[in-house]
Amino acid sequence: MTDISHVTGHTPAEEIKKIQDERLKEVSFITKIMRRPELGALAGLVLVTIFFIATADPSMFTLAGMMNILSPAAQLGILAIAAALLMIGGEFDLSIGSMVAFAGLIFGSFLILTGWPLLIAIAATLVVAALLGGLNGQLVIRTKLPSFIVTLAFLFILRGLSLVGLKWATGGSTQMRGIGDNAGEGWVREMFSGNALEALFSWLAAQNIIAKFPNGTPTVTGVPVSIVWFILFAIAATWVLLRTRAGNWIFASGGDANAARNSGVPVDRVKTGLFMLTACAAALVAILTVLDAGSTDSRRGFQKEFEAIIAAVIGGCLLTGGYGSAIGAFFGAIIFGMVSIGLTYTRFDSDWFQVFLGAMLLLAVLFNNFIRRKVTGER
Amino acid sequence: MDKNVPLIEFRDLVKHFGSVIALSGVSLSVQRGEVMCLLGDNGAGKSTLIKTLSGVHRPTSGEVLVDGHHMTFTSPRDALDAGIATVYQDLAMIPLMSVTRNFFMGREPVKGIWPFRNVDFDHCDAVTREEMLKIGIDVRDPHQAVGTLSGGERQCVAIARAVYFGAKVLILDEPTSALGVAQTSMVLKYIHQVRSKGLGVIFITHNVRHAYAVGDRFTVLNRGKTLGTYAKSDIAIDELQNLMAGGKELQALSSELGGMV
Repeated sequence: MTDISHVTGHTPAEEIKKIQDERLKEVSFITKIMRRPELGALAGLVLVTIFFIATADPSMFTLAGMMNILSPAAQLGILAIAAALLMIGGEFDLSIGSMVAFAGLIFGSFLILTGWPLLIAIAATLVVAALLGGLNGQLVIRTKLPSFIVTLAFLFILRGLSLVGLKWATGGSTQMRGIGDNAGEGWVREMFSGNALEALFSWLAAQNIIAKFPNGTPTVTGVPVSIVWFILFAIAATWVLLRTRAGNWIFASGGDANAARNSGVPVDRVKTGLFMLTACAAALVAILTVLDAGSTDSRRGFQKEFEAIIAAVIGGCLLTGGYGSAIGAFFGAIIFGMVSIGLTYTRFDSDWFQVFLGAMLLLAVLFNNFIRRKVTGER
Repeated sequence: MDKNVPLIEFRDLVKHFGSVIALSGVSLSVQRGEVMCLLGDNGAGKSTLIKTLSGVHRPTSGEVLVDGHHMTFTSPRDALDAGIATVYQDLAMIPLMSVTRNFFMGREPVKGIWPFRNVDFDHCDAVTREEMLKIGIDVRDPHQAVGTLSGGERQCVAIARAVYFGAKVLILDEPTSALGVAQTSMVLKYIHQVRSKGLGVIFITHNVRHAYAVGDRFTVLNRGKTLGTYAKSDIAIDELQNLMAGGKELQALSSELGGMV
């Protein structure tokens, strides 16, 4: 009985082979594609593009039109990618919209009230945001409360602090002006505001590859830096998620925190780090938009937390964690930008946007659940 | 090394949770190449014992010796580093993650220099396929989610992972309780294979037949205490069953119900 191989004359491995489930698990090409979490977002993007090609004014798909679409998509996308990583890690952050307003306030205060140089102000803003994100994370981990509730509290706390702080800093106004004048000029500012690749675009205009005004300047003078940040962040997040140890830990923490812990994954550290990352992403969006506008106000980032989560879900993230993609959130944010801006190029009332958004979310969730069950064998 | 020093030994383990005494003096030892079965009904303290051994709980008192050396585990990581790997019944694998990602979870091999350090997934995939083939599971695509594997295969992946990462002692928490007949025999055969490699196995179960199929020695746990340890030659399967039921005559119950229990 103890030594099975003597009885049957096979090695245990052969024995196991024999009793193994003989139903094949051949992986078809379709299954392989379906297994990618970003499939839904990519399909959605194609559908939305086809819709607008059919209905919208052709100027939507010129270079200038694309920049119009990508600018709001970039601001949302930076938040959405961070939200996606956090969701894959099994948590939510409902405070990112308020964090944009709060980070805008402290960034403006560092420039105007304390008169720090831009580089220091940016670094300090990111540090404060990271600390607040870390606080969120530690509260969630230590209290074991759902992150939904903890960060909902911070949604209101940070929005309220932004209002109170703005009034205190400006002597009663909910808007802080003159930030642009205090930011100075130089390479730091160029990294966070204005356009990138201007030389390339001038050259392209000179070569008649892109549209230009009669005086020779291109109609689009460059790529807004927020779009560059958006693309770089998407690439970096995707690489981290798919190729690094931290990425595997993020999937594991969200997939099953207990199993991950038992395998030696530092789940608490991973989650805290992700909360810090989302807060820093919100601060980055605040810095980019505040420098662009030259001012900040208390309504900045309003409801962005929902839009970011919607973009992440459209991008294939499961609400239960452990599954999703950063590049999916990238596409999700572009869908968002395309629909919100694109409707103004059509004869439809642009208020259809919200209807479209809700429908898209519902479709995405249903699609994601279907795919998950189909591909990962969950029963 | 002295052959007679047990691979792992624990003496008089006591664990209290507030006023609840979960373990009141449990002693057990496992030798190389031995399957020690830990039997006990629900509430006997099996789970607490496993969690104490794997570093999740700290014992209130008692000693743990690995290769004759005193050890204190403060986290699951400590126990893993000491060569004690625990395979939990349902917490072993993450269904949404691929076989490879599960296999190397928490111990991913990296290459390159920071900040470009990344996981060597080609190596991981190759190792996963190879290790799975060794136990007779042909994972055609190591990227397939663990959720697509059967329960028996999942347990085997979890055990293979522990063995690959150099476990000396395997603690298996009810590896067969949720499985069908064919899958159970797959897992039991693999346990047999692991033993022949010289590892010590602590096999926790409440199924006497599964235990008797692969066990060398049997320890019965009841209400936080060990009722005794028996070599296979010293005890018959019925006696073991009776002992586990807390001395209650199962035979009597069996006739009362007019059939098998």
